[in-house]
Amino acid sequence: MKRLLMLSLLCLLPLSAWADEAKDLAEDPVVEKRLIALATDLRCVQCQNESLASSRAGIAQDMRREIRELIKQDKSDQEIKDWLVSRYGDFVMYQPPFKSYTLFLWLGPFALLLVGAIILYSQIRKRRNLTPEAGLSADATRRADALLNMTKDTQA
Amino acid sequence: MNRTTIIVIGVALIAFFSYVSYKGMQRDPHLLTDSPLIGKQAPDFKLAVLDKPDGTFSPADMKGQVWMLNVWATWCVACRDEHPRLVRYARSAGAVPVVGLNHKEIRGDFALSPDQLIRIVPDQKTVSPQEIVLADQRSSDWLSKHENPYALVIMDIDGRVGLDYGLTGVPETYVIDKQGIIRYKEVGVVTDENLKNKILPLIAELQAKS
Repeated sequence: MKRLLMLSLLCLLPLSAWADEAKDLAEDPVVEKRLIALATDLRCVQCQNESLASSRAGIAQDMRREIRELIKQDKSDQEIKDWLVSRYGDFVMYQPPFKSYTLFLWLGPFALLLVGAIILYSQIRKRRNLTPEAGLSADATRRADALLNMTKDTQA
Repeated sequence: MNRTTIIVIGVALIAFFSYVSYKGMQRDPHLLTDSPLIGKQAPDFKLAVLDKPDGTFSPADMKGQVWMLNVWATWCVACRDEHPRLVRYARSAGAVPVVGLNHKEIRGDFALSPDQLIRIVPDQKTVSPQEIVLADQRSSDWLSKHENPYALVIMDIDGRVGLDYGLTGVPETYVIDKQGIIRYKEVGVVTDENLKNKILPLIAELQAKS
């Protein structure tokens, strides 16, 4: 019985000969390279925190297929992005465009930096005014002179 | 600038950012963005009609009437929740036609993956005819089992029309006016609440317009 089982299992062995080399993902590596470069900056609209390059969602696959085709039609990166934005809005791009309603987003951090710099500057200026004059009062000078002369005398 | 001013500015900034993030977190991520297609002409297409040999449909066929385009598929689980609502709506008095756009009706047994299908289908015509028959069969069976709310069903086998409509998932529903302009888009299941409060009043308003 055991032998028979062994034999039948051995018969399965040649099946591994069917194993094939992993197929190339793309027929055209140049197109694929551009696709990946583009898709990394694009959002998968179904699973919104994933880039279009890495998403396995059905819609993302469709979008990649469409982009591949646009690349083959020699469309520029900007034309491809416009194609997507006209359907999915600016949301499809990870980097929001510089527009009136994204002004705060783009300039906000710099405005905050500026406010910080103004506060820092005014504080430093105020501190400078508070520190007493470096010079000595007349009385202190006299005393210092006396001390200095004293040491001179002893040295002599 | 004295210490009080600085504290006031600091507190104001913290309060502002807390408010913005608090508000932001309450928003539904699906509604993050309005479709840029709202207010625009519904993208044109021509697709085969289910169970009508040689029948085709274009959005232009609906000029002059308000209608809805509902994206569905037999493999879509959320559609099963939405479907009875569509059936109820379609049977109600004065309902506008609902056109069913079947999105990528591909085999559920994975015998043919979307990728393979795409490879066979650089354009619609070259999908293996056998697969189209199977997709049609499955859709018809599903509709006779779950009831058919659609005026007609069109088959978007490779999902290209879906892309033109800015589809983010299935189901999705569009309300299109007499001039063929998209007036509303529901991402995900049409809820009773949205049907009653948003879609029905909008349809009534659009129908009143010439």
